Formats: sequence, structure tokens, C-alpha cells
Amino acid sequence: MRIPLSYNLRNLRVRRITTLMTALAAALSVLVLVAVLALEAGLRKSFEVSAGPKHLLLMRSGSTSELVSLITRQNFQDIRSRDGIARDTRGQPLASLEMLTVVTIGLPDGGEMNVNLRGMSAAGWEMRPQLRLISGRNFEAGAREIVVGQAIAEKCPAARVGGSLQFGDTAWTVVGIVSDEQSAFNSEIFGDLNQVSSEYRRFDLLSSVLIESESDDLAPLAQSLREDRRLNLSVESEKDYYERQMAAAIPVRFMGTIVALVMALGGSCAAMNTMYTAITRRSAEIGVLRVLGFSRGSVLLSFLVESVLISLLGGVIGCLLALPLSRFETAIGSFNTWSQVSFHLRVTPEILLTGLGFAAVIGAVGGFLPARSAAKRELIGALRAR
Amino acid sequence: MLSFASLIARNSFRSRRRSLLTVLSTGICFCMMGVLMAMYSLFFQAEPPPDQALRLIVRNRISFANPIPVSYVSKIKAVPGVREVMIQQWFGGTYKDSRISGNNFPRFAIEPSKLFALHPEYAISRGDVERFLRLRDSCILGRTLAMRLGMKLGDRVTLLGDIFPARLNLVVAGFYESAVDDDALYFHNQYLKESLRKDPDFAIMLMVLVEDRDSVGPVARRIDELFRNSTAQTKTESERTFRLNFLSYVGNVKLFLFTLCALLAGTVLLVATNSITMSVRERAQEVGIMKALGFAPNTVLYLIVGEAMCLGAIGGLVGLCGAQVMIAGMRTLPAAMVSLASLSLSPGVMAITLLLAGACGFCAALPVAWRSSRRSIIECLRQAD
Repeated sequence: MRIPLSYNLRNLRVRRITTLMTALAAALSVLVLVAVLALEAGLRKSFEVSAGPKHLLLMRSGSTSELVSLITRQNFQDIRSRDGIARDTRGQPLASLEMLTVVTIGLPDGGEMNVNLRGMSAAGWEMRPQLRLISGRNFEAGAREIVVGQAIAEKCPAARVGGSLQFGDTAWTVVGIVSDEQSAFNSEIFGDLNQVSSEYRRFDLLSSVLIESESDDLAPLAQSLREDRRLNLSVESEKDYYERQMAAAIPVRFMGTIVALVMALGGSCAAMNTMYTAITRRSAEIGVLRVLGFSRGSVLLSFLVESVLISLLGGVIGCLLALPLSRFETAIGSFNTWSQVSFHLRVTPEILLTGLGFAAVIGAVGGFLPARSAAKRELIGALRAR
Repeated sequence: MLSFASLIARNSFRSRRRSLLTVLSTGICFCMMGVLMAMYSLFFQAEPPPDQALRLIVRNRISFANPIPVSYVSKIKAVPGVREVMIQQWFGGTYKDSRISGNNFPRFAIEPSKLFALHPEYAISRGDVERFLRLRDSCILGRTLAMRLGMKLGDRVTLLGDIFPARLNLVVAGFYESAVDDDALYFHNQYLKESLRKDPDFAIMLMVLVEDRDSVGPVARRIDELFRNSTAQTKTESERTFRLNFLSYVGNVKLFLFTLCALLAGTVLLVATNSITMSVRERAQEVGIMKALGFAPNTVLYLIVGEAMCLGAIGGLVGLCGAQVMIAGMRTLPAAMVSLASLSLSPGVMAITLLLAGACGFCAALPVAWRSSRRSIIECLRQAD
């Protein structure tokens, strides 16, 4: 027979302060865990929405990122004329030659921010329908004009419509701001391909080509491009490319998870402490429960449940504290692209559930030994105590 | 007073299990805090070693992705206060599987004859240096890096270039040790040129050695001034600042470390408060008896607060011991621009940790100690349990 749950709940209410302290200790470690997971999920989301499902990214063989890849205009013409590339309404192949570089932007607080500057032509816009102009207009071909991702415009007053940014010798006029909610392109600057490449004297050496496959199966097109020794390309789906960028989150995840585990260990010890004290004080009660016919097993279960209840309360508090995190925006840098990506933290239901599960484990680990010692008490001894 | 001290000590361990658990849980948290603070002080407070303080890094003002012309080397060499200039070509590329983060170590094409003049702190055997200078396809690695990759003398290292379209097949000629960075691989710039079959007329960065400490700032300004009106403007900064800037790419490291420390301190506070509350409640009758015997309320207060601080300090000490062990293990981790090789618990960090430990004990105990010491004797004695 099970000892009713209300017995545990009443006990927790009587020992309010101890319950709350123990729960809060678990709450803090849940908070850290949820924050780390939310950070990772936010970054993943931002990369996921950046990638088109049928997009292939072509770089020179051996390149780890667009930044260090070199592709010539001749190569681009060869790629463009291949079969298997989707076409737009006018019958033109959906292929975009782009040049990517990093520029350093000064921030009002004296700091600096490294962001990607992407030179592209009309095809690049067409292939990224998720990019919307939220103010101003698009840059004109042949003009030293740029369109800025929203995340940059928010941080840097000079990067708003009408302002100008200095890269190299020239000042570039900001004519528009684009946004697409969460993607990595929010942290990029876009300019006309020919203007950007001439600014950096890379008339013929551009960075990468983005193409859209006609069929849903990307493999055949990728294979045929890869096999062309003349082109010497590394071919990757845009999705895989961004998946690889997730490496940027490794240091934060590593440190954060370790700290969450350490705090959980602290939380477990606190739960153990609380439960041992509770059991000592309720020794006579345990005896009575046994006299009433509750088995050793149900006593063990009851105390274990009580400990888990405490830490679950902590888990709920931790999750509530973590909820506002989704409003936070943060930036993370990648050694791959030498630039920063801004994104919103994402607290998803799965992450909250993970947090609650984590809390339950904290309670179970902390509660097991005390519960076992309660169950093991001899009946007479328990009744006689005190 | 002495008798109070022994009373506090005895009280601290009256419930051995509870004290042990409290010390353990706070100890783990202080251990982590110690490690985080050691990282903070390594990144943001430590003075650069004297040899590193004399080195400057010159790069393109726009960003890392933009190189500077090689012709700058001779121009910079002529700047007063400059002792030596070396091309430090960031090779990038991949070694084996780039998805394994340990394989993404920095690798530079450099001028071997100048390397050791710029890095007098590199500890490397004479034999290794001679071998490295003699074999033009050789490379040297930091000791930590070599251990991580399991490299031995004479092993082959194949690097596939991306910025430079070359496949380099290098032979390991030796190992160097350094407290600043022993996480890099150096090879001959001459060999890179030969592999490319053409001279790259640009460099990703240049390393400059200045005459003395006082000329660091002026020389950096003079170099940047020199190229103000040229096609590639430069940004010159000390090697240390350069590395820290790189670190700031990762994100707001300061805030990250600080937040984690604060949350850990919060956990300690909660655990300690819980523990001392339970301990005092158990002892209500005892407090009543002490008061009846004539102990002043403040004495009771001191005794309880002292007990909490004593336990806190022990937790702090245990944590510091743990931190020492953890730090020893972390020294060989892959570096993120700032090498962890010189990570250590400075006396300052230890003092702060112990101070925090005491403070946590104090704050945790004060409310409950105050309440307990101000209760009337009758109330204390009457409490059932």
C-alpha cells in the first residue's frame, strides 16, 4: 500500500523555509542548464532558418568557410550552365555568386564588432526570400550602398538608414535594413557584388556560389559538381554548412554544462541534508507508519517522492526564472567565419521539460540514501526515538 | 575567548553527517568559483610576461580577412624603436577532421631565423632548433599541442590549405615549451612559398619586436601613422591585446564568468542557510539553557554566526584544494587564443574565495542567529523539537 501523497505535501508545508531553501538551490542549477540549452537552441534556430532546404553551397575544395574560399567568375559561368539547377520565373538558373569578407564596426561604447560583409547580386536576394526589407530600400547596382541586418542596426547607430559605415578607403551609405526574424543573415551587411569586390581588389576571385537544386534530392547534383576536377569544388548543402558553424557554441556549452552539474551536485547534497534531518525528526512518525502496516518499500518510496517533490518545486521555479531569457539577444563569435552572429535565446517546451527532469534527478539522487535509511529503521527503535 | 572558539568548533561538527554534506556541497561550488575566477584573472588581469610585453601584432585595419602587403616588412623595420619584424602567416586550413575541435590549432608560416629572437621565452633544446632550421619542410609544435595530438619527433603532419591552396607535408623537428602559448605549430614560410610555386605578396599579420617596454605605445602609433594614407591601413596592438580581442569574439566572456560565479555564490548561500537553520532549530532547548545560565544574547549570536563561518571557511578550503586539482588538469586543454597553460590560483583569487566563503557563512547565519538569540528563555525551552 502506498503512503498518500498528501502526507508528503503537508510535511513540506510545515517545513516551509527548509523546503524553499532546498528547492531554490535546485532551481539555480536548473536555471543554468536551461540557459545553456536555450543559448544553443537559439543559435541552432538562427542557423536553421538561414539555410534553404534545396540550397547547395559551393566553395573551393579544402575551404572550411566562405571566408577563405576563392571562386573565379569563369568557374561561376561553368557552374551556372549545369543541368539540375532550378530556374526562376524568367528561366534564369538560381545561382548566386557571392563574396564574403569580415569588417570591423565601431560601437558607441568604444567596443568593436566583427561582422560579415556579403557582396551579391539580384539572384542572391531571390534565393533568400526570407530576407525582408523593414525600412529603406535595396542597394542599387553600381553604387556604394549597403543594406544592413537588423541585429547590427540595433547595436550601431551609424548603421541606420541614412548613416554610413567606413570600410577601407570608402564610406558606404546605409540605404536599408533587412530582417528575417532569427537567421544569421540578421548579422550581415549586404552590398553590390561588383562594388564590394572592387573595393577589395578581388575582381575575379570571389568567395562562394549558392545554387538551388531542381529536385529535392541534392545528392546527384552535388556529386556531379564534386566530380568535376576542373572546378575543384567542395560541395555542401547549406544546411550542413550551418550545422558545422554550431561549433561556435562548444566553449559556452562546455563551461555552462559543467557549472550546471556542479551546482546540481551542491543541490543534491542540500536535498540529502534536508531529508536526513527530516527523517531524524520524524523518526517516531516512521515507526507509526510501519505499525499501521505500511511496508519498508512504501516508506522508502514516500521519502524519495518527498525529496523529488522538493527539487521539482525548484525545477518549476528555475524554469519560471528562465522564461524571460527568450527575450534576450546575445552574440556569439565563430572562429570559422571570424565574425559574430546575433540571436535570441530560445526557451522551448522540450528544454523546460529537460530542466524539470534534471531537477527530479537532483532530488532522487539526494533523497535516495536518506529514504533508504528511513526504510531500514527497526520498528521499535523508530518508535522509541525521542 | 578561546573557550568560545573550541565551543564553535565542537558545535560545527555535532552532526557529522550534516557538516560533511554542507562542506562537500559548498566545497564543490567554491572549487568551481575558484576555477572561474582563476580564468578571469588570467584573461583580464594578469600582467603579460616581460617577453610578451615587447611584441606587437600588425594586421589590416579592416579585419583579419584582409591581408597586408609584404612590402610593409622593410618599412616597419625602419621605424625607430623596432628591433625585428617577422612575417607571421596565418595558414588556417585543416588538419585531419576539422570537426574535432582539438584539431583546429593555430598554425603559422614564419621565418625560423627570427622566431626565437621574437620569442626568447620559448624553451626548446638546441638540437631541436638546429633540426628545425636545417630541414626546410620541418615544423615545431608546442609541447601541450604535441601531447594532445600524440606527435613524436619525425612524425608527419599534413595540412590542407584553404587561404593558401597548398597541401603541406611537414615533418616534426621539435617541441617548444612556453607559458604564453604552447598550442601552436610553426613552419617555414619559405616552404609555403615553394609549395605555392609563387610568392604570396601579402601577409595576414606581422609580428614586431620593440626595443623596450616604453616604446610599445609610440611604436604602435608610428606604424599605424606610417600607413594611414596607403591602400591597406594597419592596426597595431600588443600581442596580449590582440589575443584578448580574439577572445572577445567568442562573446562577452567577462559577463559570462561573472554570472556563473554569482549563481554559484547564490547556491552556496542557500545550502548554508538551510544547513544552519536546521542546526539551530535542533538546538533550541540548548540555547535556552545557555541563556538561563547567563550567556548574553550576543554571545549566542556570535556562537551561531561563528559556527556558520567556520563551516563556510572549511568549505572554501576544500574548494580551493579541488580547484588546484582541476586547474592542473585544465592546463592541457585546447586554448582559445589565450593559452590556459599558465592558469593558476593566485593568492588574490584564494583570498577572495575564502573571504566569500566566510561572507556566505555570515550572511546565511545572521537572520536565524538573530532570531534565536533574541527569543525568550521560556520560548526556547518550550520548543518541542
